[in-house]
Amino acid sequence: MARVVFVQPTGESQTVDVAPGTSLMTAAVKHGVEGIIGECGGVCMCATCHIYVREDFLDKLPPIQDTEEAVLDVTNAERLPNSRLSCQIKMTDALDGLTVTIPPSQR
Amino acid sequence: MADTSGCVIVGTGQAGFETAAALRAEGYQHPITLVGDEPHLPYQRPPLSKGFILDKQGMDEIELRPSRFFGDHRIDLLTGVRVTALDRAGKRVSLDSGEDRSYDALVLACGARNRLLPVPGANLDGVLYLRTLDESRTVKQRLQEASAIVVVGGGFIGLEIAASARSLGKSVTVLEAQPRLMPRVVAPLVSAFYATLHTGRGVTVVCDAAVAGIAGDRRASAVTLSNGAVYPADLVIVGIGVVPNAELARDAGLETGNGIVVDEFLQTSDPAIYAVGDCAEHPNPFCGGRARLESVQNAADQGRTVAATIAGKRRRYDAVPWFWTDQFDVRLQMAGLSHGYDEAVTRGNPESQKFSVFYFRDSRLIAVDSINRPADHILARRLLTSHAAVSPQQAADEQVNLKDLGRHA
Repeated sequence: MARVVFVQPTGESQTVDVAPGTSLMTAAVKHGVEGIIGECGGVCMCATCHIYVREDFLDKLPPIQDTEEAVLDVTNAERLPNSRLSCQIKMTDALDGLTVTIPPSQR
Repeated sequence: MADTSGCVIVGTGQAGFETAAALRAEGYQHPITLVGDEPHLPYQRPPLSKGFILDKQGMDEIELRPSRFFGDHRIDLLTGVRVTALDRAGKRVSLDSGEDRSYDALVLACGARNRLLPVPGANLDGVLYLRTLDESRTVKQRLQEASAIVVVGGGFIGLEIAASARSLGKSVTVLEAQPRLMPRVVAPLVSAFYATLHTGRGVTVVCDAAVAGIAGDRRASAVTLSNGAVYPADLVIVGIGVVPNAELARDAGLETGNGIVVDEFLQTSDPAIYAVGDCAEHPNPFCGGRARLESVQNAADQGRTVAATIAGKRRRYDAVPWFWTDQFDVRLQMAGLSHGYDEAVTRGNPESQKFSVFYFRDSRLIAVDSINRPADHILARRLLTSHAAVSPQQAADEQVNLKDLGRHA
């Protein structure tokens, strides 16, 4: 298990234990993290699991593929250089402590 | 006197779930009952013909929310309970548990059920359908033992099952009644692409196939066509469309047609009753007429629209329709509704397995199908939302940046 910290736009945070291989979106939904919706179920169709990743973790994440790149263009909240879709990030032990912020809106 | 009966939602699929969740998100304070006959927490259906069968996604990944979500949001979730009658005068529904529930607003998210194959032998063991979680579990289990699979129906579900079964190393035949695959939703060019894709991966694709019967002694052993052709099978999986569950509404005197008839606010002929998702025949601005759509997008967007209305922010349903299907490693994404198009142009080269088809009616863009071109799909949704002016020549010309068209519209 590795820990992920989800920070709400209000600054409130929630730490969740995530099994390796599980996506951040699935983990967030399972633990009732507000603001992560995952409407399409994690297939990169809907842009409702947008997150901002704390800069020091960006390099440790898998690169952005074409589909994610396209969908990141239509996020409801502003796309920033540290924007990712949480359905496309699978947890690994190396990501322990990963800290992400939920945008103010998803749709 | 304040209304306190609250909202009753019939159906625990994506549309029903989304309605309940969105009502709370909109600040609705009254009681919410979410009732459905499936004995599970609300779950996603798309993985049932793909990731779930292939063991890439487990149960905990397909549940829409964990059980505590419903308590936390004061949603009274009744699973395994059927609504047996609707009393409009008394604003009450009867449940097969013997209980009654009163409502101020009633949302019918009753979904649809499998269209049954009307031929001799269709009741034999080994003839399966796939819509629910339980059906998917059965298909998954029976696939282990089976070696020759015949899929009846070359639509999304049939082709997704065919791809899944083929990925498991099974011998797979797809029988489609029409002259081409997915005939009602895509252009002939896209149908041809999918026939080539499936054939290339070892699936036998037979079009113009009129199934006459299923042979077998207790267990299905072959599918026979009216032209005499026989396809041996130890498992037959039928995906020939669905029938909307409109009976509860019809029996209560609500208007029904191809589903439960609603207006642009998703309201039925009774102002206290709404219908959303697969069962709702609604006016859709993207087809210039009435539609009944079976998709995650439609279920979720209609659920949210009706929730806003019930919470006091009356909203018209006008979301751009979108769909997707994953078969093998190819993704088809669709935006808009192409039905009734009079011109179609291609962007990109089909031989590269990355192309889009733009559909026009009266020179207006009405839909785009994208194969392995996710950026085209996302832009298509934008162009359709903004009713941007796009000509067939621009769409077909890869030198023209679609993003620019969207901005200048």
